Amino acid sequence: MFRLALQSLWNRRVAATLTVCAIAISVALVLSVQRLRTGARESFSNTVSGADLIVGARTGPLNLLLYSVFHIGEVTTEVSWESYQKIAKHRDVAWTIPLSLGDSHRGYRVLGTSDAYFQYFRYGSSRPLMFSSGTPFHDLYDAVLGADVARNLHYHLGSVIILSHGLGDVSFTQHKDKPFRVVGILAKTGTPVDRTVHVSLEAITAIHEGWETGRRIAVAPPKAEDPRKHDLTPMRITAFIVGMRSRVMAFTMQRAINEYDKEALLAIMPGVALDQLWQLVGVADTALMIVAAFVVVAGLLGMLTAILTSLNERRREMAILRSVGARPAHVFGLLMLEAGILAALGAIAGIGLMYVGLVVARPLLEQHYGVFIPAEPLSGTEGLILGAVIVAALLSGSFPAWRAYRNSVSDGLLVRA
Amino acid sequence: MNGPAVDISSLDFSWPGHPSLLLIDQLRIARGERTFLHGPSGSGKSTLLSLIGGVLVPRSGSIRVLDTELQSLRPSARDRYRGDHIGFIFQMFNLVPYLSVLANVLLPLRFSSARGRGLTSVGAEKEAARLLQALGLGAEFANRPAAALSIGQQQRVAAARALIGRPALIIADEPTSALDSDTRAGFLALLMNECRAAGTTLLFVSHDLSLAALFDRSVALRELNRAAGSGA
Repeated sequence: MFRLALQSLWNRRVAATLTVCAIAISVALVLSVQRLRTGARESFSNTVSGADLIVGARTGPLNLLLYSVFHIGEVTTEVSWESYQKIAKHRDVAWTIPLSLGDSHRGYRVLGTSDAYFQYFRYGSSRPLMFSSGTPFHDLYDAVLGADVARNLHYHLGSVIILSHGLGDVSFTQHKDKPFRVVGILAKTGTPVDRTVHVSLEAITAIHEGWETGRRIAVAPPKAEDPRKHDLTPMRITAFIVGMRSRVMAFTMQRAINEYDKEALLAIMPGVALDQLWQLVGVADTALMIVAAFVVVAGLLGMLTAILTSLNERRREMAILRSVGARPAHVFGLLMLEAGILAALGAIAGIGLMYVGLVVARPLLEQHYGVFIPAEPLSGTEGLILGAVIVAALLSGSFPAWRAYRNSVSDGLLVRA
Repeated sequence: MNGPAVDISSLDFSWPGHPSLLLIDQLRIARGERTFLHGPSGSGKSTLLSLIGGVLVPRSGSIRVLDTELQSLRPSARDRYRGDHIGFIFQMFNLVPYLSVLANVLLPLRFSSARGRGLTSVGAEKEAARLLQALGLGAEFANRPAAALSIGQQQRVAAARALIGRPALIIADEPTSALDSDTRAGFLALLMNECRAAGTTLLFVSHDLSLAALFDRSVALRELNRAAGSGA
């Protein structure tokens, strides 16, 4: 029977191929959407771990989370160094990581920070940052690269890099007078850390000497060596991550920071802000999944149409089979088998298409959106989705099969005078 | 189990909304008998064969084939019965166009274990090849799709399909109409030999009255059918 179904499909190979393509595209889409959803959530959730609070200038909680941790969006206001110092020295605070953003290198964000970053920053399941080679920065113009920056730009220890003022892939204002030397390359984390150039806070201050107006003063640019002799304590930073001695103190500290009267600050708990983010994107997320589901329905309707259209032409074929002993159940089974084969081939092709799409889109998603989609085998949920598609295909195939089942053997055999 | 191969009594058949096409009081065909049925076009010969083959059911009356009342069976049981016991050579050949010649011949064995009893898959293929060879279709035809054959070749494949597995009853509806005289003679000789060797009952319909002499008995449908002349 299986061979007969294959031969029957081969006989209608053009229509069958188109049907398989339609199912494959819909399966690839629904799997890609699912992978994108889980990939995005895992990417965001894995990015920061073990941090109790993130503190920045007063803005929206999501905005603060996005620009400080995920490096998405522009920073509009900053935190004064005094406020940062005051909070960092609070007796309940175990550690802080200062973050200073605003510059870039060939499209990658530059993060000014301190040694505390390499000591306390955690991602995934409380995993510390590891160096694949080199060390943290010691000298003023030392830089530590994220794994993707080093790989994509072919940098290695000792490479010299020039930072650009501001963001964007191409910047026309570069800190050419203060080149940096790569002293460390971090191991891959699957987070925005991989796409970040890390330098010291002092280096950020140093490269901006003479840029107080927002652009370099053309007359007498300071020499690269000069800043080491200056006080390079920054005036302001973008944000900072806070680790409390005890997690329960985070609530008290959050309230204290949000009510801080010297400066308008905002403290957020990363987990709570992430939940807000999921609520926000949840609507789009669901809408995307619904659209993908409808594409699957459209693909299956295409298959149903193809089988139903062919059914009229195949009445004689079915009757011939009945005339040589096939029972209505055989005819039903044959058509169900054909629908099942089409759905299975469509599902297999869809999985292949999804992986091909993943290979093509993954670097772009990583580069531009910071979303890491792992090229892993199918997950249980994806397996369930595939199963649901095949079951739906069999259900839609059962309609023409039932119609063929009900046809009498004389239907296709006899031509009445 | 020793009744006639075909036993028809008080048969009344009509297409829905039409007057009776066949009104036959009685027709009996003994087991192993080779019967030639003839009649003008539209007299209901093909319809009668379809009734005997269980493809159609009568409005009233009884059709017993090999001691089984066909209309008492459910459609699926009738299909099974036909597959197990009856080889049908249709006027329109009715081959599955995308299947090979060999696959078409072996088709009844796929659905009927009774028909293929005693035959292994290799044995069945050998038997199919023997039948095809005897009908003038050599090994080179075995894997050709049925749709690629001429009309005469298709008719011979249909005959081989009906003969495979030696069914108890063969119903042949004008099987020689598309054959040239040489092929027709070979075809009839094979059909007769196969039926004789297996004790198969043969019900053969043709316009060609010159063939009647080859059969044990000749039946004119016009003489049997009280509704003759109403058209089929």
